[in-house]
Amino acid sequence: MTARGRVLGIETSCDETAAAVVERGRTVVTSVVSSQVDLHARYGGVVPELAGRAHVELALPVVTDALAGAGLDRRGRSFEDPAGPVGIDAVAATIGPGLIGALLVGVSTAKALALAWGVPFVGVNHLEGHLYAAMLEAPEIELPVVVLLVSGGHTLLVALDAPGSYRVLGATVDDAAGEAFDKVARYLGLGYPGGPEIDRLALSGDASSIRFPRASTAGAFDFSFSGLKTAVVSYVRAHPQVTNADVAASFQEAVVDVLVAKTVAAATEIGARGACLAGGVAANSSLRARFAEVFDDRGMRSYLPSRAMCTDNAAMIAAAGYFQLERSGPTPLDAGAVPDLQLRTSR
Amino acid sequence: MESQATVSTASEEQTRAIGAGIAHFLGAGDVVLLVGSLGAGKTTFVQGLVAALGGREPVTSPTFMLAHKYRTAPPVTHVDLWRLGHLQEVVDLALEEELDEGGVVVVEWGEAAEPLYGADALVVRFDWGRSDDERTISIEARGACWTSRIAGLREALGPGTAGAGTEGAA
Repeated sequence: MTARGRVLGIETSCDETAAAVVERGRTVVTSVVSSQVDLHARYGGVVPELAGRAHVELALPVVTDALAGAGLDRRGRSFEDPAGPVGIDAVAATIGPGLIGALLVGVSTAKALALAWGVPFVGVNHLEGHLYAAMLEAPEIELPVVVLLVSGGHTLLVALDAPGSYRVLGATVDDAAGEAFDKVARYLGLGYPGGPEIDRLALSGDASSIRFPRASTAGAFDFSFSGLKTAVVSYVRAHPQVTNADVAASFQEAVVDVLVAKTVAAATEIGARGACLAGGVAANSSLRARFAEVFDDRGMRSYLPSRAMCTDNAAMIAAAGYFQLERSGPTPLDAGAVPDLQLRTSR
Repeated sequence: MESQATVSTASEEQTRAIGAGIAHFLGAGDVVLLVGSLGAGKTTFVQGLVAALGGREPVTSPTFMLAHKYRTAPPVTHVDLWRLGHLQEVVDLALEEELDEGGVVVVEWGEAAEPLYGADALVVRFDWGRSDDERTISIEARGACWTSRIAGLREALGPGTAGAGTEGAA
């Protein structure tokens, strides 16, 4: 690797086709995201076959855009010196978790580029990528921090001790937070994705009008949202005249209460310097406001990445790829995608 | 021969126990279709089923990932069709491969898979009861290999079980 440590990251695990160039895991040179969410909105969710096909169509244009943003042509050479060396030091791609057809597009593209350029390939865990999202926007961040990773498929509390070194403190035992948003939204007859719809509707509702349960779990930092989802359905069945706005606001309040309380407890327990939000649900306005307020009250830093950095992107994959390459070297080119890959405490 | 049975549960634990009771009748290549609205107890049922077959990991919702496979005996693939809108997408999940390899496939929002598997499956319906915690669980054996098991299944569901045409059909 050159001193610049330039990694091209590619992300195709779910909705987004994304590519980015990041230097030394810290500095985003360029980040391109081409969302398929319009395509999926018509189907009410992510459609695996559609997702795979759309990634195939978008992968090369998105990678070409990302390279151009870094001053490189599609062959990875500088526009100013087309006969010169390749300007990328490694190629990272998400290997899981995600939809197999979608993952394979990014993995194959990254391997082909790595092979053609004679640089290392790094297969990255998508969830580890999310841990670095806040760092990319706040280079001054002091570790350790607690990361609350909340998305459609995952709800995790992780202690990030150093780049590449982290401990999983807790996870959902049933539904992910984002899934609860999507399911309650569809139950109320709202659109997809459900998170933004509930967020918007909640603004006009009374968050204290209905007291939905805050589930306790055996593990202090685990989460459970299945009972809350059932409680919402149960309440609406019993009170058909209730307004969607009050249900949305009260439901969101219950989710935010639990997420923030457990993050605070985890941050205190590990002696964290601060706490970061990550994942698509981190775009929720109520969660952001409460998160900032609660940590501010305790004299701790809170890091709220921009919407673009919360949701799936390739900059975080490039950053994770850089740190992984530093710590444990390249990934063999015969390694496949791992759809049910989990995040486990690093060794 | 009567191919249906109905039982009422009063708690999540009881719904889990029904899943555990049915688990012991499952063998290689079996399909179980779970039908019921949001919060009716489908995932809870699968938690009991997977644990009874020796599953150690927590059974989390497969909605986002579409399928979770558990290292049980026989192996259980827990599928969720909530996000899928087209039959072709169910075909694309390649559940046949799991069945051919000796696995059991348990499908939430299973009505979407009826055109593929409905003729030879155990269909389990979940309905909300009178109180918040109460659920009515009805099983329907479809195809010869399931109807031959209905007597044992009814026994596994316990003494409160009713055959169709009696109180359970209400």
